[in-house]
Amino acid sequence: MSVETVTPAGPETAARPMDLLRFATAGSVDDGKSTLIGRLLYDTKSLFTDQLAAVEAVSAARGDEYTNLALLTDGLRAEREQGITIDVAYRYFATPRRKFIIADTPGHTQYTRNMVTGASTADLALILVDARKGLVEQSRRHAFLCSLLRVPHLVLCVNKMDLVDWSQEVFERIADEFTAFAAKLDAPDLTVVPISALQGDNIVSRSENMTWYEGPSLLHHLERVHIASDRNLVDVRFPVQYVIRPQSTTVTDYRGYAGQVASGVLKPGDEVMVLPSGFTSRIASVETADGPVAEAFPPMSVTVRLEDEIDISRGDLICRPNNAPVVAQDIEAMVCWMDETRPLQVGGRYAIKHTTRSARAIVRGLHYRLDINSLHRDESAGELRLNEIGRVRLRTTVPLLADEYRRNRTTGGFVIIDEATNRTVGAGMIVDTA
Amino acid sequence: MTAPAAYQVSHLDALEAESVFVMREVVAEMERPVLLFSGGKDSIVMLRLAQKAFAPANIPFPVMHVDTGHNFPEVLEYRDQRVAELGLQLVVASVQEALNRGMVRESGDGMRNRIQTPVLLDAVEKHRFDALFGGARRDEEKARAKERVFSFRDEFGQWDPKNQRPELWSLYNGRHHPGESIRVFPLSNWTELDVWHYIARERLALPSIYYAHEREVIERDGMFYAVNEFFRPRAGEERFKAQVRYRTVGDASCTAAVRSDADTVEKVIEEVAATRITERGATRGDDRVSEAAMEDRKREGYF
Repeated sequence: MSVETVTPAGPETAARPMDLLRFATAGSVDDGKSTLIGRLLYDTKSLFTDQLAAVEAVSAARGDEYTNLALLTDGLRAEREQGITIDVAYRYFATPRRKFIIADTPGHTQYTRNMVTGASTADLALILVDARKGLVEQSRRHAFLCSLLRVPHLVLCVNKMDLVDWSQEVFERIADEFTAFAAKLDAPDLTVVPISALQGDNIVSRSENMTWYEGPSLLHHLERVHIASDRNLVDVRFPVQYVIRPQSTTVTDYRGYAGQVASGVLKPGDEVMVLPSGFTSRIASVETADGPVAEAFPPMSVTVRLEDEIDISRGDLICRPNNAPVVAQDIEAMVCWMDETRPLQVGGRYAIKHTTRSARAIVRGLHYRLDINSLHRDESAGELRLNEIGRVRLRTTVPLLADEYRRNRTTGGFVIIDEATNRTVGAGMIVDTA
Repeated sequence: MTAPAAYQVSHLDALEAESVFVMREVVAEMERPVLLFSGGKDSIVMLRLAQKAFAPANIPFPVMHVDTGHNFPEVLEYRDQRVAELGLQLVVASVQEALNRGMVRESGDGMRNRIQTPVLLDAVEKHRFDALFGGARRDEEKARAKERVFSFRDEFGQWDPKNQRPELWSLYNGRHHPGESIRVFPLSNWTELDVWHYIARERLALPSIYYAHEREVIERDGMFYAVNEFFRPRAGEERFKAQVRYRTVGDASCTAAVRSDADTVEKVIEEVAATRITERGATRGDDRVSEAAMEDRKREGYF
């Protein structure tokens, strides 16, 4: 070989056996959210000196009295000029146990849209409150959106404990109030941690200023919170993404269904049903580019081959005969509207993307609009504007293969697209199918 | 219910599964995808993911190299070898040709980074590509931290950061009108260290300049530039030999090396894990222009 390339002899698996946790942060700059993220990045050595130097230089030039860590994530020109955060920013750090992806959602502009986006893929949501102020309207709104999006784990960080004299009483009052509120929301696993992001208390290691607190530090919790059982390993749902049919002389008669396992476990020999046709067959093999595997489970991307030749194409779904999603054209869903130009209106027609399936839909009804601060239902509402949430009835042109969102985030969620502008204008979570 | 430990996947497997999903979505929904292949480590990883996504079939799209004419010879050789191995169609969008035709003009500093953009956009239009896979990662730069996996570009190839489509769950919206296109970043959630762990796991060959070697360099703004036909030392800049490697591979006139003894993938992983400077900060003269250098280039249609 004439070309000089290097193939180093890597160890069998150089990757540490570490898993992945995605979390969303909610709170405004005033709550110390950027300071907290900066602290997590810094203390896990994920913040680089050139990034820090750039932020220090810009802070100094702007006359900020302290290094404004918000500048780390506010990367866009308009954000720095206006001092606001426009969009969800993704940040990365890792410890030997876990890799973390932070979806950092801004507290001010377009709040709901960004929070819903960040929460949609999150295993955990981190909500910040200022210990001096306690729970505010925004904290309740954050908690509600996390529960709507079914984020499995919630962490409330009571920040700025240094400014309330590390008071156990203050902390417990806020923790109790939030726990009571979260119970009403059917919120899942909840942990409350007293912290000082500025001084680093209870971030990486336990605080010496709050010896009364017996729980874990924030990072300790993030590293160890058990997320493996959040995945649904019971209901087999395999949306077909793409049919692999090599046009090749060496591989002939190959037909495989490529996709990512949404839930359940698929094994060779399993009896399966294909929707919407209802045909049944057995799994002949489950394959990856590295060879066949004994079983596939979420979030693996694999190729499934069946024993029988049946007509299957993108948008179809493989499940088990005795455990199938509904095949429905009438959908009841909670919809969060995300478009500033035009509201959702009854009678409106849109495109829908649900799993790997696309359809058109007409809005048949708007039952109510939800006030996300009071949870009051306004049944007289005629439309949903930007950042508003309501319960909507849709009729689709082709059936969706759907589960309730609370059972399955993949087969229960969909996006709404404006057919004229192609913009993503809404997010839907299926509550019922009829 | 409690999942048995066997049903856990490593972070690399999770990242790979997500990237494979993204690539399949593009091929299923778009008309004419193309993968931007520079011979750099990120595009090499992308190409491996494309193999994984469509096996046992061949990669169902061509690759494109925006060739500034300022290449490291090791990288160009690697590119041609890899393309031949995989039987891919290679489209070369040549900056030199565009200069010769008068489509673009050389900038004063001799760097060709910025003039790549019109050459790229011209090739996209000529070949009517509607989806371009790029190896950019969100951990690289703060403007990129806010970019979508499916990033919409208007008919001028421009990115509008204030008008991005919300991206929920794994539902990517690639709809566009004729002339518009989507940049797709399958490695959005990968970090530099993830990329190196994957290179080790997959035993991917890389151009040799990613590993430590001796080279004649000069030092400028704390960075080490190789002396070659594209890079001229200024008066007073002293040439010396040093043990270096490249953390990124781009245009040879603005990509710098770092001092390093890491001559194996394991040593590179150790080095990357311990470093406290970002890869672009350590090696790219083009990003030092201003706080918003990357955002401005991206708005114009850069990768």
